[in-house]
Amino acid sequence: MTPEAAWANAMKFENRADPYPFFDQLRRTPVARVAEKTYVVTGYRELMTLAHDPRISSDSSRSPLTPDPGDDGAQSIIRSDPPGHDRARRQVMRHFGPPHSPDVIPDMEPTIVRLCNDLLDKAKASGKSRIDVVDDFAYPVPVAVICTILGVPVEDEPSFHGWIFDLLAGQDLGPDAATAEGQARVEKGQVSSVALDQYLTGLIEGFVREPGEGLLSKLLHDDGPDGPMSPDEAVANALLLLFAGHDSTVNTISNCVMTLLRNPGSFDLLGRRPELIPGAIEEVQRLQSAVQFFPSRSATDDIEIAGTTIPAGSAVHLVYSAANRDPAQFSHPNRFNPKRTDNEHFGWGSGIHTCLGGPLARLEVNLALETFVRRVKNPHLVVDPPPYRQSQIFRGPRHLLIDFDRISD
Amino acid sequence: MNTATLIADAVSTFKSEGRIVIVGASLAGLRAAEALRDEGFDGQLTIIGDERHQPYDRPPLSKQVLKGWVPADHTELPQMRELDADWRLGVAAVGLDRVNMEVHLADGDKVPFGRMLIATGTRARQWFNPKEAALEGVFTLRTRDDAARLQAALMAGPGRVLIVGSGFIGSEMASVCRELGLAVTVAERADAPLVGALGGVIGEIAAEMQRDHGVDLRSGISVEALEGAPEGSSSGHVRRARLSDGTVLDVDVVVASLGSIRNIEWLEGAGLATGFWGVACDAGCRAFDINGVVTDNIFVAGDIARAPHVLYNYEFLSLEHWDNAVLGAAVAARNMVRLETDRVPHLPLPSFWSGQFGVNIKGVGVCSFGDEIVITQGSTKERRFAAAYGRDGRIVGAVTFNHGKWLEYYGAMIERSAPFPPPPPGYDRPADMTPVPARFPDPRVPTGTPDVVLTGHDPTERGAEFRPRKER
Repeated sequence: MTPEAAWANAMKFENRADPYPFFDQLRRTPVARVAEKTYVVTGYRELMTLAHDPRISSDSSRSPLTPDPGDDGAQSIIRSDPPGHDRARRQVMRHFGPPHSPDVIPDMEPTIVRLCNDLLDKAKASGKSRIDVVDDFAYPVPVAVICTILGVPVEDEPSFHGWIFDLLAGQDLGPDAATAEGQARVEKGQVSSVALDQYLTGLIEGFVREPGEGLLSKLLHDDGPDGPMSPDEAVANALLLLFAGHDSTVNTISNCVMTLLRNPGSFDLLGRRPELIPGAIEEVQRLQSAVQFFPSRSATDDIEIAGTTIPAGSAVHLVYSAANRDPAQFSHPNRFNPKRTDNEHFGWGSGIHTCLGGPLARLEVNLALETFVRRVKNPHLVVDPPPYRQSQIFRGPRHLLIDFDRISD
Repeated sequence: MNTATLIADAVSTFKSEGRIVIVGASLAGLRAAEALRDEGFDGQLTIIGDERHQPYDRPPLSKQVLKGWVPADHTELPQMRELDADWRLGVAAVGLDRVNMEVHLADGDKVPFGRMLIATGTRARQWFNPKEAALEGVFTLRTRDDAARLQAALMAGPGRVLIVGSGFIGSEMASVCRELGLAVTVAERADAPLVGALGGVIGEIAAEMQRDHGVDLRSGISVEALEGAPEGSSSGHVRRARLSDGTVLDVDVVVASLGSIRNIEWLEGAGLATGFWGVACDAGCRAFDINGVVTDNIFVAGDIARAPHVLYNYEFLSLEHWDNAVLGAAVAARNMVRLETDRVPHLPLPSFWSGQFGVNIKGVGVCSFGDEIVITQGSTKERRFAAAYGRDGRIVGAVTFNHGKWLEYYGAMIERSAPFPPPPPGYDRPADMTPVPARFPDPRVPTGTPDVVLTGHDPTERGAEFRPRKER
């Protein structure tokens, strides 16, 4: 199989549940050209090298791939380069983590635990022995938490939930985008994108006029060393933080439950030894990588690596999920081993764009999984593989039905 | 029974019944002990340390401990596993008898060994005048007890602190003093802080950082005398310092931060390749004897080890870095209980860090091996940048100020001896990307001793150092 074909297959919706065999094919050429001006990186060492190479830009306006519609203005952190990137990241971190705001994340713990328990109480009260882990458990927790942290009214969730769903479904990087249905998804995505942008612009304008609770308002009124963030930039980052602040966490919680139930004995193992949960989560993140790659990067110069020369101006996809199964780095890479040591995977990225929300996501996934493992008795997957969402980038189950014996208190 | 079986039997017998002695109960000693047990060594394990404390971590002493965030006695190193070791703490090793294979202790005891590890590290170089050094308020910083005493003195609200020497530790202490709101003078014999480790170009930036934070930095100056309470007195509490430019400073606390001295004195007469820079060993941590012949049973790890490094023309490197102790100890431990064909080398890519004046400084490689430097990313004015060091057209080291996430890139280039200067980045380019002389002082000039030193090809080359060192 040529790299072109392997990549096209990996991007096809029908292969969403298991793109990994195609990544294995691709990895025979760890840095491979897969289309006009497009290179993908699937080897661990090569990805590590390029994730830290200052000749790889994350500024999507420099990428030959069509930027998102309406992307001509201010860029979010993930789509920008230093020094602007560093400054914006500092501005956000000031209100999100140490040293300036050490309590924001830990203070969420009681809320997260209560939310997780409320959801399981609700499932228990329904009297049913089946839930959809995605809709009934994984989704509601992170979305409520990120709304609180950012200061986004949680009652607006039904609106932005739909917009974000359509937006993602419309960003198809694979061959399915060319179909009539794919075109329809693209159009719907564009409409939703505009709606979401208008919504967030309104929210930011409101905070400009009248400061409120939460990180977004603080960004606009910051008296820190880097000053306040401009409203345009705040809108771009609000979209990033709102979306990235929950979507990948939802997928990771679902991926954790799915992986535990796929591997006999592991659910019970974590029940008996909850101290293994943090390591098990990292192992799931290695295997299922909630962000498989992020298509903003391009080469600013000719870069020679692993026998390939990436010409200046080419898009470069660092495929975290593929590198996370590189047998040269991980023994038995397809095997779920919750006790794996030296598990330095790319599930949270690497380099200056390393997941900013990682500490919050880790807390949420840990508490959700702890609660789930403790209370849900004898769960089983109803359908495996489950149905997947459209996106190749933010890959995760659309639904994850499980049957169980009971839910304890 | 053939030879291979005999040897295998001997190894397995040693692993179950042998005796290993580790001299030095700090980071390297502890990690070596753990690695030995991980390797399946079930024999008798003795750990000897001159301090009475369980192994503790030193990097926080000049930072979090001095600042008062963490008490000095809360720095114990986590122990990764059960060791089942015989700890001989608070008693120094005073001799090594290689013929009878015994370590001699200060209390007269003799501890026999089959194999032993030298991990006695370094100690702080004391103030050159013993009378002045004995004045109250004169400190050095190396141990946990030093840190506790100095911290208490800083908390007492001294009028002015004088720090003599501005390597990493001296600079970190100056930074803490400013954070505590204390007036502080730094006296440095060289032209700027950090020049031993990072050269004059970076030293100038470090000097600006100090001055911007209100440090009274006096470079090119040495401190000639410390005086006690009555004028000219050499007893009681330190009150004045006389500088080489004739200035007299009123001071209440003086910290001598003059680098370190390797703890080799106890090895006098053992016939090992010991000297100013430590104990020479091969890349597998086996000690050389005085003739440069490798020994079979004596291993070396941590600050006191100096070994040839493939990346740096096989010159002998002494590395006073935290991870060198951890990684070197693990390699030494493995090689102590393995046969020749299973031995592994300790070939670290040196790495180091420091925190001072709100800036996170991190580096890789051996910067002082370079003779040129180029600022490669960011802005030195804003104190967020990366710089690479080169020699003979290849990159040998790199340092970052608030730019640590890029180190991986430089480390990978150093490992492959990539060309110097490195290619320009795609963004955030410094105004000037021309390589310039890095301006390292001649190592023989008496200035702050860098944390990394290249000590020459041949361990007997500096034969003049082969005399018992007397404290000045």
